Amino acid sequence: MLELLILVVCAGILLSGVLAVCLNNLMAAMVSSSLASLFAAVSFLLLAAPDVAMAEAAIGCGLSTFVFIYAIRKTGGGGAQ
Amino acid sequence: MMKRAFAALAVVLVGLVFLHIVGDYAELQALRPLAHYYVTQVPAQLGAPNVVTGILISWRGFDTLGEVAVLFMVAASIGLLLQQGDGRETASPPRRPASELVATGAMVLLPLIFTFGAYVIVNGHLSAGGGFQGGAIVASGVMLMLVANPAARLNTALLGAVESAAGVLYVCLGVLGLALAGGFLDPRFLPKGQFGAFISAGAIPLISALLGVKVGAELSVIIDRFRS
Repeated sequence: MLELLILVVCAGILLSGVLAVCLNNLMAAMVSSSLASLFAAVSFLLLAAPDVAMAEAAIGCGLSTFVFIYAIRKTGGGGAQ
Repeated sequence: MMKRAFAALAVVLVGLVFLHIVGDYAELQALRPLAHYYVTQVPAQLGAPNVVTGILISWRGFDTLGEVAVLFMVAASIGLLLQQGDGRETASPPRRPASELVATGAMVLLPLIFTFGAYVIVNGHLSAGGGFQGGAIVASGVMLMLVANPAARLNTALLGAVESAAGVLYVCLGVLGLALAGGFLDPRFLPKGQFGAFISAGAIPLISALLGVKVGAELSVIIDRFRS
């Protein structure tokens, strides 16, 4: 059961990572990469490392996404391509 | 096209390497000697039920100090780099107020996030987490606050002063450990106390709290720099 759950979460990481690379809209790509971080945090939790999961969820999923979104907005990105 | 094929080839090669690692994986039946030493000695010597924080703050205390120093340098250089654009600040369009959903959600969530961050910071020696994680949680709460209320201004000067004071106190605690206990950043100069009690494990809760304050203030300053 746990193995199955971990596999599903890892598939989520892969899928959202590929989406983050392939999407043309920068904002959507950023949200997708944040989703990959969130899945990674869940997988850390499932693998019994709650402190790493906390740091990943707060920094990888929250703060870095915020910084990137502000950078994209400042540089006039978004659907520019 | 050639570039694509080359990239695909590189991905396949990395995948083969990982396949090799996964294929050789076998679950350990017992802890390795170093891990066994840590698992038995952290509760015995430091009196901290949370082995990870015990290791990070005592034996690997110097690493933690280095990480905090790196974070400090990042915050300082971001401040330096983003300072130059300040001249055209008046040209930036007025900020749109946050949507009602975000504003209301922030009102509900903010107290919970800050309380949880403080809990994680001060219970670092008892349960999962510690200063670094708690500081990051508090900073994400600050981020939500800034998103929900775009007109808010952070007092970065005060935050910088708080963060510097926490850093200085952290090093002072390290020196106290050098003078009164086994070495630099040794938390055993305070009594070990009762195992599992809130006030126990020597100076680990103090160091954890200082780390939390420092990391939270630093990350908040970085966020504010990117915003303005």
